Amino acid sequence: MATCCSKQTESSSLSSSRKVALVGNPNVGKSVLFNALTGAYVTVSNYPGTSVEVSRGNAVINSQAWEVIDTPGMYSIHTITEEERVAREILLHESPDVVVHVLDARNLERMLAMTIQLIEAGLPVILVVNIMDEAERMGLSIDLELLQQKLGIPVIGAATARKRGIEEIRAAINGYRCSCEQRHFEYSRLLERDINEVTVMMQGEYILSVRALALLLLQQDDEISDLLRHREGDGYAPLAEKVREISFERRESFHLDLSLERNEMVKRIINGVFTAPNKRVVTFAERISKLAVQPITGVPLLIVVLYFGLYQFVGVFGAGTVVDLLEKKLFEGIFNPWIIGVVNSIIPWVIIQELFVGEYGIITLGLRYAVGIILPIVATFFIFFSFLEDTGYFPRLALLVDRIFKHFGLTGRAVIPMVLGFGCDTMATMVTRTLETTRERIIATILLSLTIPCSAQLGVIMSLLSKYPGALAVWSGCLLLLFLLVGLLSAKIIPGEAPMFYMELPPMRLPQLGNVLTKTYTRMQWYFMEILPLFVLASVLLWLGKITGFFEKMVNAMAPVMASIGLPRETAVSFIFGFFRRDYGAAGLYELETKGLMDARQLTVAAVTLTLFIPCIAQFLIMKKERGWKVAGGIGIFVSLLAFASGYLLNKALIITGLLA
Amino acid sequence: MKLSEKAEEILEALWIAVEESGAAFLDPEKMAFPTDDPAYRELTGHALIEIRQGMIYFRPEGREEGKITIRRHRLAERLMMDVLNIRGEDGDNKACQFEHLLNEGVDVKICTMLNHPTTCPHGKPIPPGECCHQARADGDLGVVPLTEFKSGQEGEIAYIQTEDNKKMQKLMAMGVLPGNRIILTHAYPSYIFRVGYSEFAIDSNLAKEIFVRK
Repeated sequence: MATCCSKQTESSSLSSSRKVALVGNPNVGKSVLFNALTGAYVTVSNYPGTSVEVSRGNAVINSQAWEVIDTPGMYSIHTITEEERVAREILLHESPDVVVHVLDARNLERMLAMTIQLIEAGLPVILVVNIMDEAERMGLSIDLELLQQKLGIPVIGAATARKRGIEEIRAAINGYRCSCEQRHFEYSRLLERDINEVTVMMQGEYILSVRALALLLLQQDDEISDLLRHREGDGYAPLAEKVREISFERRESFHLDLSLERNEMVKRIINGVFTAPNKRVVTFAERISKLAVQPITGVPLLIVVLYFGLYQFVGVFGAGTVVDLLEKKLFEGIFNPWIIGVVNSIIPWVIIQELFVGEYGIITLGLRYAVGIILPIVATFFIFFSFLEDTGYFPRLALLVDRIFKHFGLTGRAVIPMVLGFGCDTMATMVTRTLETTRERIIATILLSLTIPCSAQLGVIMSLLSKYPGALAVWSGCLLLLFLLVGLLSAKIIPGEAPMFYMELPPMRLPQLGNVLTKTYTRMQWYFMEILPLFVLASVLLWLGKITGFFEKMVNAMAPVMASIGLPRETAVSFIFGFFRRDYGAAGLYELETKGLMDARQLTVAAVTLTLFIPCIAQFLIMKKERGWKVAGGIGIFVSLLAFASGYLLNKALIITGLLA
Repeated sequence: MKLSEKAEEILEALWIAVEESGAAFLDPEKMAFPTDDPAYRELTGHALIEIRQGMIYFRPEGREEGKITIRRHRLAERLMMDVLNIRGEDGDNKACQFEHLLNEGVDVKICTMLNHPTTCPHGKPIPPGECCHQARADGDLGVVPLTEFKSGQEGEIAYIQTEDNKKMQKLMAMGVLPGNRIILTHAYPSYIFRVGYSEFAIDSNLAKEIFVRK
């Protein structure tokens, strides 16, 4: 359309860099394409929502600089969810020079409806028909040439996960010329009349075509109403009246009629373009998928996954073998003695020596914890998580547990942040925003901050408690009990309506090693940017506390609290560490245990209290960012009180029953 | 046979007395209009009832006609409640007026639309008509919520019934549109269905709002 084209040339002449936005449903490979175009890898996920945050990158195609924007998944230009709103905001306000609509070849029929909407909105669209490889494997055939003719826009077939079609897409983006011959899709006479009645009353200049805006107005889109109220000035009141009138006349079924009409259009378009085999091909992946979603096979499968993935790989290998190698052999055996010697010979002042290589030194404590203990555990966890994520297992797990999670006021969807929480609660708290309602997000945040131990903590605690038979059982029993209790209670107490569960099940596939590793790498990078400064800061603060004597005072002040839950006063150090990071605190317990200061009962009580105890400072900051001060503060206080109360009760219970004595 | 409204009411009362209360006859004193009402002559004239010693008895043809009449009455009650959402006494009164229109095949259409109900809103049985037997014989489920499908069953989406616009749009975005084919692959622990080449999982709250026909 002429209007859109003129605006683009205008904007592109202002800056040398041009913009391309990737749009499409979740799980169609937008992020993979984004990474292929920009060369930098961001998280690719089967779980709709990990790309909630908008990724931007740069690409150079034939010496033309492009800014590439990866928008959150959207199903329709008429937005419902927050992610969709964000995606549309980008189209509305950033006026990209090219919009690449990525869709799944297998679901061409369903997803073309949005292509039509984009074309209708007058956007400069290129269509990428992705996942062609799997479509071919299913025996589907798609005539891209014909589709291109019928739509009047460039159409490219691709399989981005296998790097197929990337070059063609790059060429199409760079070579995009607004043809101004984009097709006009005709609706029924009745609808055309309604559209016309609205568009003639619109005077303002818009990025989207007036036709698309009229349809959005008729669908009662609040944001579009606001936009028009702003632009149309005095003309808005009669326009709004007209829209109201038509909407009322067609109140029975406007949305449905529109969908059906678009569906009809799509059917006409794909007629001759899309041919499917008569017999459905049942793939091996579908058989596995079937095993995963039936409780009778799904639960054993889950146990197998957890046993080998979490226990064997993360627990035994990561937290055991690798930690042993790095922490004991490398740091304590070789690196620390050497660095202590070096630092002491360079720096003559004992106080400064202490800062770097003392008991709480930046290198001897901070770096050793971060690299020697935390790194291997977190790395193995993220490999495990990224692998599972890429197989498409999580949505299946979500539907398996949905009925149970409903009792906690959550849907099965919440299982993904919960599992991720076992890796890093901070990251998981961020991911809770993919949950539909505020109520679900709050409940998930509470459960994460209270009962889900992160991998670092989990690793340390597992290796600590596994020496005492029963201690691990008591610890996990306590956490499970509190998880259920707090979940059930918060479902009762926190107001709001019951959530609904719906989720797309992407096909299961064998993850590609490269993708898993890069994803793990990105997560590790994020994690380390996040924790290393905190570890260093903690070391500095502890050092400061030590030389000023403040630290000693704190430990003394906390001694009565520690005594009340039956712990030696030295444990206070762990709790103070734990305020910086929960895993740091757990690592502190590890230290105490090695020195033989605690027995099985004390260790268990300390482990339970510390696991429940206030989320690490990073998680607390994210909680504040996601949920606001009031909710975050409330949860913080609740969690701390409950942690110590539980520690107190557990200690008494263990003494009375004589368990673990 | 087109009977007057009063005659139909007498037949209904007689049918209830004889078929559901186990009496042999109906005392005309119990009807709300005088015993010499022309409706009685109408019924005896059609050889549907006979009056012996002042009491009303069925003749064999009358029994059948009574059954059809009571069926129409109770179908009308269901219509009032299920579709028009008119309940209580008001619904009963409206049903009384409405039932007289349900002849000449209209009852079959209403019965099919209501998916061959077996009881009236008061819990009394609705005598099955020819259409009900036919539907049962064909194994035709009619239009049912997706929750009624067995896993592996395939059908066509008839309509979506929800008052929540967002739910409606979510479902439409999944390709759940009237006329599309849908296959329920699993019904437990969540409903998993396939539309086109995509698979979705939903909970029972959403599933019961999708109406499908086989």
